[in-house]
Amino acid sequence: MAPTWADLPVGAEPEPRTVGPLSRTDFVRYQGASGDFNPIHHDEEFAQAAGYPSVFSVGMLQAGILATFATDWLGADNVRRFGVQFREQVWPGDRLVCSGAVVEQVEDDDGERTVKLELTAVRVGGGTAIKGWATFAVPD
Amino acid sequence: MVDASAVGITDEPYPMTIERGKIREFARATMSENPEYLNDPTPPIEPTFLTSVSFWTPTGQSVFSKVKMDLKRVLHGGQEYVFHGPPPRAGQQLTVQTRVAEVYEKEGKRGGTMTFVVTVAEFRDEHGALVAEARSTAIETGKPATSKEGA
Repeated sequence: MAPTWADLPVGAEPEPRTVGPLSRTDFVRYQGASGDFNPIHHDEEFAQAAGYPSVFSVGMLQAGILATFATDWLGADNVRRFGVQFREQVWPGDRLVCSGAVVEQVEDDDGERTVKLELTAVRVGGGTAIKGWATFAVPD
Repeated sequence: MVDASAVGITDEPYPMTIERGKIREFARATMSENPEYLNDPTPPIEPTFLTSVSFWTPTGQSVFSKVKMDLKRVLHGGQEYVFHGPPPRAGQQLTVQTRVAEVYEKEGKRGGTMTFVVTVAEFRDEHGALVAEARSTAIETGKPATSKEGA
């Protein structure tokens, strides 16, 4: 059951989720699912010729991991907005910690209730890979 | 060099069918164990699923190509999805149209002048109602992409 309005005051947060270590296979699986076949995420020679030490993750993979972290908490049907800003690249072997919290409860004139979240995916031993924000409807 | 006159250009609308198998594949790829995605016979899409619209874009029709960005210097700066109600579900047939919404410049900390290109894709249902929007920000850096900014 998704949390209710009473469960979601400002500051409410789900148990953080740690994923990884991320592998090249994880990158390729996501590329197949999404249709983004940029070789810089799976072709080592291509990535190195472009000046990178190795291939690196698809930004939208960590965005997708952070998004489903949020929908696993508040319900797949309830998402109304999800956005990310990409900050630091994610490399093979990285582990990511997804966390988030309610930053605002909104009840409009029609009694429709939503919560706004701020979210992050942080590289273990590194910086913030992505910052995210989301809005979820909270059913009665 | 980004062509700022591309603002307002749209591509031709095209169909996108939402499929259960693709939603399940996407859930696995984004490490979700949510039974709403995995077990429902007509699951809703994940929040970032519409990125897979690229499988439906007719070859050579991407509006992005008209902006003339230098792909060796392009980073994905950000992405946002808005849903005007519960997200679409498997079995729905959407119609997609993308436009170049904004082109603007900022001085970067490392890469000289950065040019931002914002495209917005609108997804309409079988009745023509706007059900979702995808807003994508691409950044052309002043020099080749470094390993520190964007993804």
